Amino acid sequence: MSLHRRGWLKAAGAGLGALWLAGCDRLTRSPGFTGVLRVAEQWTQGAHRLITDRNALAKEFGPEHISTDFRANGTLRPQDPGYLALLAENFAGYRLVVDGLVERPLALSLAEVRALPSRTQITRHDCVEGWSSIGKWTGARLSALLDRAGVKPEARYIVFHCADTLDPFATDGAGGYYESIDLVDAYHPQTILAYRMNDATLPVRHGAPLRLRVERQLGYKHAKYVMRIEAVASLDRIGRGQGGFWPDRGYEWYAGV
Amino acid sequence: MARPNRPRTVLVKRHGIVTRITHALNVVFVAVLLMSGLQIFNAHPALYWGQASTFESPWIAMTKAEIGDEARGITTIGSLRFDTTGLFGWSGREGAREPRGFPAWATIPSWRDLAAGRRWHFFFAWLFVANGLVYLAWTVLSGRLKRDLLPTRDQLRPGRLAREILDHARLRFPKGEAARRYNAIQKLAYLAVILVLLPAMLLTGLCMSPGFNAAAPWLTDLFGGRQSARTFHFLSAGLIALFVVVHVAMVVASGLWNNLRAMITGRYAIQPGEPPR
Repeated sequence: MSLHRRGWLKAAGAGLGALWLAGCDRLTRSPGFTGVLRVAEQWTQGAHRLITDRNALAKEFGPEHISTDFRANGTLRPQDPGYLALLAENFAGYRLVVDGLVERPLALSLAEVRALPSRTQITRHDCVEGWSSIGKWTGARLSALLDRAGVKPEARYIVFHCADTLDPFATDGAGGYYESIDLVDAYHPQTILAYRMNDATLPVRHGAPLRLRVERQLGYKHAKYVMRIEAVASLDRIGRGQGGFWPDRGYEWYAGV
Repeated sequence: MARPNRPRTVLVKRHGIVTRITHALNVVFVAVLLMSGLQIFNAHPALYWGQASTFESPWIAMTKAEIGDEARGITTIGSLRFDTTGLFGWSGREGAREPRGFPAWATIPSWRDLAAGRRWHFFFAWLFVANGLVYLAWTVLSGRLKRDLLPTRDQLRPGRLAREILDHARLRFPKGEAARRYNAIQKLAYLAVILVLLPAMLLTGLCMSPGFNAAAPWLTDLFGGRQSARTFHFLSAGLIALFVVVHVAMVVASGLWNNLRAMITGRYAIQPGEPPR
């Protein structure tokens, strides 16, 4: 091959590459195009629900698999005054509020939450960033709590309002952490409000006093510092309307992949 | 008037319409998947073996390290350390460098955005699977897998394989009648990519999904756990990238325009009069 021809091919290749990169960046900035990309979330959720029994369990491990270096992410120590006041008295004044579309709104102390039917499970926590850690969780079954409150038939989602402000710079009031799941995941046997981790009281960095475990989804769905559980018919009017702190910032609401 | 010194050129049918369309789509889909995959990898540029991460001992990691008062990109593989400033760990224009596993020109989008990278990746993963299923179904059912891709017994004789490897290394390609069909190395490379590497991308990808894990935990265990699956996903992607580089180089070396025409119009030119190599 002549040198002339080689130079020409290189230039053509570099030109194509630059065009490709610029094109992909431009498409990422286009709301219309990202709107198309977002359709895949429904395909994925539909496929998962099609091939998975609604009660199929996430894999559980033996105690020898528990990670000694379980990583914490998101808020590690909430600075919100209300939370700090509760923490100072070791959550003696904490009340878990259950409201929204329920027959009997509740406000339960930690002792009352611990008295609910519980479940202990050793599961793998998969962060959206790609890492995994294995931990042992004990908590109240969410299904038992919801049955006690009596979820009304028009409710479609369970929303978890948290004590921590993860984005203090949000000017629209949507800086607080929250998450939501549908009723299939809410009534799944492994979905619990954990108050113990690795046989000890749940530490602050992992969400004390209560954190959600929803084992068939990624880590950001497992809301920490849960203060209030609300049954709703629509997610539109909460936060920025996408059903969670990270979903409001472009991440999938269905985090099964 | 006949020109006896010059071999006669004939255009033979090489690629069917389904091969041509699915190949073109696959070029786009695999490029998007590789580059959005690197964006996702960059969110935690380290890999492990087993079910869970062992943060103190990844088998490969790309990090930014301060050496003296200078930032450097460091890639570690096992106990080996490489300074990869500008490429892995710490890259970007001089003065505007940032800590990132792979550099901006290798990711979609070019800036750090895990959420956008994931949206690209999963949308195109669906298209890639659909396209792959169409191609596989058609190739198997039409008998082309056997006719075009499975090496014949005679092609697999060790002496012949050795000669083909030597010929490839010297960039000497089959001519004349022998150019009508793929040679054995070509067939084996295509089969490995079509039947092993590309399906492995799908399977190891599924094994990283906590939702899919509840449906088929055995598949994740088959790969040795979720973090092993992530490692295999990355290694398999690396082999595909390597294949693409060699494949494109061979396309250029063995006749760029003839190969391009074959992939666009389906017709490939050979000179039947020329002695085979």
